[in-house]
Amino acid sequence: MSMHRRSVLKGALAAGVATSALKVPAAVAQAGPIKIGFLTIKTGPLASGGLQMEQGLTVFLKQRNNMIAGRPVELQTADTGGNPAQARTKTQELVERFNVHCLIGPLAAFEALAIDDYIKSSKTPILTVAGAEDMTQRKPNPWLVRASATSSQPSHPMADYAAKDLKLKRAIVMADDFAFGHENVAGFQRVFEDAGGKVIQKIFTPLNAPDYGTYVSQFKNADCLYTGHAGSNGLKLIRQISEYGLKGKFTIVGGFTPIDESVLQQMGDDGLGCYSGCWYSAALDNPINKEFVATVQRDYKVDPGVYAAETYLSAEVLEHAAKQIGGKVEDKEALNKALHEAKVPATLCGPLSFDELGNVVGNVYIRKVEKKDGKYVNTVVKTYPNVSQFWTYGKDAFLKDPVYSRDYPPAKNLE
Amino acid sequence: MSRSWIWLIVVAIALLAVPLVVRNEFYLNLASQILIYALLAVSLNLLLGYGGMVSLGHASFIGLASYAAALLLNAGFGHLSSAVLALVFSTACGAVFGMLALRASGIGFLMITLALGQIVWGVAYRANTITNGDNGLRYAERPHPFGIDINHAPNFYWFTLIVFAIALFFIWRLTRSPFGAALQGVRDQPRRMRMLGHNVWLIQWLAFVLASFWGSVAGLLFVYYNLFISPHAISLQQSAEVLLMAILGGASTLTGPIVGAVVITLVKNVVSTYVDRWNTLLGAIFVIVIMFMPFGIVPGVRQLWLRWRAPKKQAAA
Amino acid sequence: MQFWIIQTLNSIAFGGLLFLLSSGFSLAFGLMRIPNLAHGGFFMLGAYLGATVTYYGGNFWIAMLAAGLGVGLVGIVFERLILRRLAGNVQGQVLVTLGVSFIIADLCLLIWTGDPWTLPAPSELRPPIRLAGFAFPTFRLVVFVIALITAVALYFLMDRTRLGAMIRAGVDDMEMARGVGIPVSLLFTVVFCLGAVLAGIGGTLGAPSLNAYPGLDADMLPLALIVVILGGAGSLLGAFVGSFVVGFLYNFGIALFPDLAYFILFLPMVLVLVLMPQGLFGRIPS
Repeated sequence: MSMHRRSVLKGALAAGVATSALKVPAAVAQAGPIKIGFLTIKTGPLASGGLQMEQGLTVFLKQRNNMIAGRPVELQTADTGGNPAQARTKTQELVERFNVHCLIGPLAAFEALAIDDYIKSSKTPILTVAGAEDMTQRKPNPWLVRASATSSQPSHPMADYAAKDLKLKRAIVMADDFAFGHENVAGFQRVFEDAGGKVIQKIFTPLNAPDYGTYVSQFKNADCLYTGHAGSNGLKLIRQISEYGLKGKFTIVGGFTPIDESVLQQMGDDGLGCYSGCWYSAALDNPINKEFVATVQRDYKVDPGVYAAETYLSAEVLEHAAKQIGGKVEDKEALNKALHEAKVPATLCGPLSFDELGNVVGNVYIRKVEKKDGKYVNTVVKTYPNVSQFWTYGKDAFLKDPVYSRDYPPAKNLE
Repeated sequence: MSRSWIWLIVVAIALLAVPLVVRNEFYLNLASQILIYALLAVSLNLLLGYGGMVSLGHASFIGLASYAAALLLNAGFGHLSSAVLALVFSTACGAVFGMLALRASGIGFLMITLALGQIVWGVAYRANTITNGDNGLRYAERPHPFGIDINHAPNFYWFTLIVFAIALFFIWRLTRSPFGAALQGVRDQPRRMRMLGHNVWLIQWLAFVLASFWGSVAGLLFVYYNLFISPHAISLQQSAEVLLMAILGGASTLTGPIVGAVVITLVKNVVSTYVDRWNTLLGAIFVIVIMFMPFGIVPGVRQLWLRWRAPKKQAAA
Repeated sequence: MQFWIIQTLNSIAFGGLLFLLSSGFSLAFGLMRIPNLAHGGFFMLGAYLGATVTYYGGNFWIAMLAAGLGVGLVGIVFERLILRRLAGNVQGQVLVTLGVSFIIADLCLLIWTGDPWTLPAPSELRPPIRLAGFAFPTFRLVVFVIALITAVALYFLMDRTRLGAMIRAGVDDMEMARGVGIPVSLLFTVVFCLGAVLAGIGGTLGAPSLNAYPGLDADMLPLALIVVILGGAGSLLGAFVGSFVVGFLYNFGIALFPDLAYFILFLPMVLVLVLMPQGLFGRIPS
């Protein structure tokens, strides 16, 4: 008993809310709800992913009658508007005003980076979904875990599959011109070229480019196109490829964002036959996912894509960790430790664990767009188990290289 | 002592006392942010309100000062020298921008400032090797001005308040000076001012440079507060927001932009916690305010106040 | 050679779309001196309305007209209820039009959610045209033709009709126009509504390649501003030339100098403005 009192005290002190929390007897604090702060984007141009994130989390809590580890949950949602400064203010609000025990979110890498130092100084465990590589690599944040994937984590197996199984040799790679796109494409390029393929053209399109006609009409003669576009941009690209009569001239492979369930029906026949590498597919055949997909379809009339799945997944990891520590989430150090050490045997995307830098080690699925019963689905064609963010390169060797970027690894086979 | 002096002292004491009353760090940090945006809006208002020049690129000075300061600090300069050099650099850019923008007037001026703002944004976004692209740059830590630690919310608030007060005093003096009179003259009667022998271009350009300077000071405060700068802070949206602050509060007054900064910052950061459709609310506020107070909140409220007092006086008489 | 042909086709197709976007903006600006910063929102609204009508089974061309009418209606309401009370108050207009663009963007998000909506081109225009070994989207050429027809129609409207004469008089000298008994108030509504209709139609015509998505407004508005500034506000010819100049600059710029994609439009604009503050065909004396 004294042990547990002490750990509560320590947690309260660590949280920097000593003044208010200390006065509360431990037993009473235990009875209160688990407070989760949720950072998402509900307005502005990036809202699509953010709203799906909210759907995933809402479904999770609904399925559990708003209880995690035997305690009720108080969810505090904050809209960052996709703006780093606002993300920072909202994080402060969640931590200082609502005294949340942990955070889920934010969506975008630049938001996660903007609150990085604040997370460290306020010592708040955070389950991020942002791809930003270095937050679990060269500049790790000890309070952060990432249950979804780094930007490039699913690109590695996709490249492996493209080179070895699909026997593709010459690739055009393309993505939005921002860090996520650079990292996502870099992972593909590295593994694809290591497996004997060649990246012959590398195109980064401005995030706000209204039209891709110029780019599409400049494609060189390749046997595959890799797209790492995010949000509606992937849809736009794949449509315009059809518009220019290029569909079928090369295989389209992609990262986990462009060929997503949330745009699959809109893509229609244009998407048929596209491959993508992702840690999730709505078509995954396991009981947790089946129930999740059915609930999202019932409540929101859409298929869940990667954004909805990643908050659900994060919440599953949080629940697992909270159970490990007996629901005592007030002890943030203990919660953080439990999150980092979590080995979850079954989630909506299979078993997973974390490496020492807080990033997930889990399955990556290669998916192919097919039409089944009049609907377009991401059928799983191959599973790569236990994929780490370092792929097969090994942690030390991987971290010795610079972080993936626009120009790293350098493209040596451009034509 | 006149009444306005008494009011000024009351307001000053109230502002200084905020950290003693507001104990929650969140609200205190919010107050600091409001001051930073207010300074930005007040500096823009030198152009807008006093000079009649609508600029849609003012957020670029946040970027120029912040990026310069962060890069210099990372390059091994001290806090003071990087701050000074950043201000010099950013203001110098402002001087060049002013020369270009003042080739045109009216909507042409607006468009050149917009384009220059977009170019600054584009450089910040695209020059990955220097600016780290959209991932942004970290500013390692807040400085210790005169050995005082401003890491904690109350100290940072006071620090920001002092800088803000100095800037406001300077701008207030400026608008009351012969230069300020000339600037307003150029706004209202450019032809007459020219005939009277004033160098209209020079007056407008100096106003642009001064606005850039104080905008850059706000930029420094911005990076000290956030310890982070990325292209999002200097987007067109951000520039528009600063402009909206000044117009909403009332560009013809010294205090208007401050009121505008308060309203917009609060809606963005506090009201948005309770209202999902806060963007619609913000848009509706703009429309409604301008419908009923065409020249902004401060002039509108002043008019209401006068109208409310006038009949009372008559009754007393 | 193929490169030059395809990029030229891309440029004129994009230029045509830009003309639909910016001609109305330019006319309203020239006549009313209102920089309507909600114009990008009008375009986006047109795209969403068009996508919705076809989603519920409507024919593409009916969807286009419905979007034009719908957005035109929004334009009339906006002009009648709000804008006309702000004549001469430029700062007020900037604030109000931005406010309305916030509202349009946010309500579109509420109604159509954050997920993009697609609007398939009419099925007969979907297969690309194949010429000497390369393919080009048929529909984009159709958009260009529609833009040309619109330009000719607008030219006749401005040059050969009474209404056009009144608009031109208003652009050149408002006080004089009022003095000779031109119903300026009605003229404002008509022109503003016309601009909104064109933006709505443009939105629908753009949607098959651009889709309708949150942020489309913010992506398009700067383009409209650049066209109008390059061409000169208030001039139909200016909007026409400006649209194609921007179309060519954009396509060849990013094709030849991909690294300059962020500046390719803004640098020439600064240059033009610095050298010719009124734009290429500006009619508004500064």
